[in-house]
Amino acid sequence: MSLNLLFWAYTLIWILLAGYLGLLGLRQQALTRRVDRLRARLGSQTAGKQEPS
Amino acid sequence: MNLALQTTVRSICLWAVLTLCMLASIHGVFLDAPRERVMGDVQRIFYFHFPAALGSFLAFAVVCFAGVSYLCTRQRRWDHLGRASAEVGVLFCTIVLVSGPLWAKSAWGTWWTWEARLTTMLVLWLLYISYLMIGLYTDSREQRARAAAVVGIVAFLDVPIVYFSVKWWRGHHPIILGRGGEGGLSPEMWPVVWICLVTFLLLYGILVGLRMSLARAEDIVLDMEEHLQN
Repeated sequence: MSLNLLFWAYTLIWILLAGYLGLLGLRQQALTRRVDRLRARLGSQTAGKQEPS
Repeated sequence: MNLALQTTVRSICLWAVLTLCMLASIHGVFLDAPRERVMGDVQRIFYFHFPAALGSFLAFAVVCFAGVSYLCTRQRRWDHLGRASAEVGVLFCTIVLVSGPLWAKSAWGTWWTWEARLTTMLVLWLLYISYLMIGLYTDSREQRARAAAVVGIVAFLDVPIVYFSVKWWRGHHPIILGRGGEGGLSPEMWPVVWICLVTFLLLYGILVGLRMSLARAEDIVLDMEEHLQN
């Protein structure tokens, strides 16, 4: 019983820490996608401005 | 050496030191620390439970300091620090609330009891969950940062209450720090406690650093998106 509880305590601690790191990774990915979209928008606006009228 | 390379090398070094500290902590907890006579092996939960609790107190103290600094200066970096520290504090507080009942089941025969230390710790966790939820209900970044700063300062009032709760309302929870606690540790246990404390402090620093850089980047992207819309 005692060892069982000890095992679960440390397992849950590692799961929580890994989960938080995973969450940060997901946020980083979402941010990278937003930066890519911004880059694409900026690229199209710059191309529009450079076209001869 | 350019800045990007410097940052990468620094972060690799920090993660390497953290890994070494974590391995030393695990070695200390399971191999070096003596077996507690009354509680047995389940007492080893304490070596991560206690540093996580102190880490969460430190994190919430930083949130309070960042809140005061934001209200005085209105600089966004204080808001980033407050949010980052609150998130890591909630993570540490969750570790405390998860590991505590597992120890309690063996020591007290029950998962949870509404005694002072446990109840005030749960209230602390709920207060900072509400702090993190503030951003969901407002679009204005200024308004959100101001509200978060105020909540962060007010919520910190619960930290001393949690700390002194075992002395003010004598419950079942062992008193670790201070004289006369039945939960006082034997001298052979303290080196392991110190290693775990250093590990959690380092973990706190690294996680807050990561979260802050993410918050800064999110803010820059938001600025650019707003600029493009106007």
